[in-house]
Amino acid sequence: MTWEVGSALNIAAILILVVVIAAMLIWVERRLLGLWQERLGPNRVGWFGLMQVVADMVKIFTKEDWVPPFSDKFSFVLAPNIIMIVVLMSFSVIPFAPGVGVSDSNVGVLFILAMASLGAYSVMLAGLSSNNKYSLLGALRAAAQMVSYEVFMGISLLGVVALTGSFSLRDVVLAQADGWYVIPQFVGFVIFLIAGIAESHRVPFDIPEAEQEIVAGYHTEYSGMKFGMFFVGEYLGLVLVSSLITVFFFGGWMGPAFLPGIVWFVIKAFVFIAFFILLRAALPRPRYDQLMSYGWLFLLPLSLLNLLITAAVILMGS
Amino acid sequence: MIKLIKDTLISQVVTLWTVFVHMFVKADTVEYPDQKPYMFPRWRGRIILSRDPDGEERCVACNLCAVACPVDCIALQKAEDEEGRWYPEFFRINFSRCIMCGFCEEACPTNAIQLTPDFEMAEYVRQDMVWEKEDLLISGTGKYHDYNFYRVAGMAIGGKGKGEAKNEAPPVDVRSLLP
Amino acid sequence: MTVLFYLSAIIAVISTVAVILQSNIVHALIYLILSLLAVAVVFYSVGAPFAAMLEAIVYAGAIMVLFLFVIMMLNLGQRSHAQEQEWLSGKIWIGPSVMAAILLVQLLSVVTTEQAVTEVVEVGVQEVGLMLFGPYVLAVEIASLLLLAGLVSAYHLAKK
Repeated sequence: MTWEVGSALNIAAILILVVVIAAMLIWVERRLLGLWQERLGPNRVGWFGLMQVVADMVKIFTKEDWVPPFSDKFSFVLAPNIIMIVVLMSFSVIPFAPGVGVSDSNVGVLFILAMASLGAYSVMLAGLSSNNKYSLLGALRAAAQMVSYEVFMGISLLGVVALTGSFSLRDVVLAQADGWYVIPQFVGFVIFLIAGIAESHRVPFDIPEAEQEIVAGYHTEYSGMKFGMFFVGEYLGLVLVSSLITVFFFGGWMGPAFLPGIVWFVIKAFVFIAFFILLRAALPRPRYDQLMSYGWLFLLPLSLLNLLITAAVILMGS
Repeated sequence: MIKLIKDTLISQVVTLWTVFVHMFVKADTVEYPDQKPYMFPRWRGRIILSRDPDGEERCVACNLCAVACPVDCIALQKAEDEEGRWYPEFFRINFSRCIMCGFCEEACPTNAIQLTPDFEMAEYVRQDMVWEKEDLLISGTGKYHDYNFYRVAGMAIGGKGKGEAKNEAPPVDVRSLLP
Repeated sequence: MTVLFYLSAIIAVISTVAVILQSNIVHALIYLILSLLAVAVVFYSVGAPFAAMLEAIVYAGAIMVLFLFVIMMLNLGQRSHAQEQEWLSGKIWIGPSVMAAILLVQLLSVVTTEQAVTEVVEVGVQEVGLMLFGPYVLAVEIASLLLLAGLVSAYHLAKK
């Protein structure tokens, strides 16, 4: 068994590590939120509360897994599986380090976008099959939000793709050997950051699951491990968006040579995870129509302009 | 346009920075079971029934506390012993209803019912939240150390006739013509 | 690649049949999405990864989401379920199945007589782009005009 891109050992290691990290993020998020809100956060179970994740897992596995009798059972059971599968599939094209990764697909960027767009089904089917008005409202909001923000997500990445000349994520990282793309593509970075938050329903844009307005949105009726899958799927999405920002704009595994590439990747990704948690601690939720008009009237023209200018600069340089 | 940028970008960044700075502020959390908070003596917590300095029950079963209770959690019945002292035959407080408002303490004419700074009253069985007189009665005097209702009240009980209470004049014989 | 092609083609055919046979509209849509994804895999296996990804993004990812959106807004419940079930039985089927059978015969004759393309030539993203903005630039411009017309009319309708 060899350690190269796409080997079975590589795939298993990435799968296990990603899921474990996503689960540990529950603890990280609660501790960091505590830090920023002048509290302590969970510190009772195990060292510094590290075993809190295990306790949560035990709780969530032993809870009653209730399927509402008024729901559409097929879609109801299918929905939480979609988000897990889709997000884990997206990790398959991310180059973590030289020789670490599942696949070096030459359409990696498009694959990520395709998976992100399929992720919308999870939310929509969950809301529709729950047969509950809050869930339906959450699903409607989620659908509109995800469909709109996918557009700018794609367009903001096209600047990076144009600079690289390839859709492969490994090529994108290798092309940043002499300068991270965050400098020439700063506008693209900001747009991708905002679209990434919206895609993973993190707090400033968690309108589909706004607790204060529509209970828990699309997963109101979910319990037990099905809810756990939505929960872990959300954290997996957070890890995914942070890894994507690292790959596209911050040079992936590139860094001073005293640390191996994978460590640089993890450090960079963790900085963005912490930033997302800071956003959750700090920012209030916008209103729904504000979110939509902000996207279509401000971000879309900006991302198109960014793409146009990038293309013009490349053409002038060649 | 400048206003839009100011509203959407600058103010968000300022907010983020403000929250980030809170990282270096000490947490306000009191780690409760390890670190007990100081409870003030007049804190309104668990209800007790106190005794007078002679060791007798202070409660005279006047029912004023039960009347004052806004959630009707106090139940008691009057009884009388051979000396003529009134006392509650039973005295029951349902702590699952009690809201610790302290109205009973204010209503009590004999300082019998008092609220204490204890608040740790969790139980596993709901019925255990109903406390009887034996559970409520303490052996001390509570907050008022030398108050004894029957020593200041005019009521005659065994060993103390009319007019023998503190600051009380002997009863006037209305049938006598003497001044 | 051949195995992949046939497997995904079979899945595409089966799920497309299931789309027609399902009486629950949401289940039918799920099968339709599955069918589109299978078609994307077919594209991938014949050497068109770009087309495969666009199929997944545009059809499975965007258009079907809007279909689901419309279903949510209409809130079709038991009534449509019963109606669909009524349509599924009876002589309504004779016409479509006869026509489909004729098409199948045509397809089979074409497949057996013509020389099938067997070798896989991978078409990259750049080739597609050069073709679109080279020989087919007129078609692209006409399509974009159509989209612009749609955008303007949607804006007009939304403004009312």
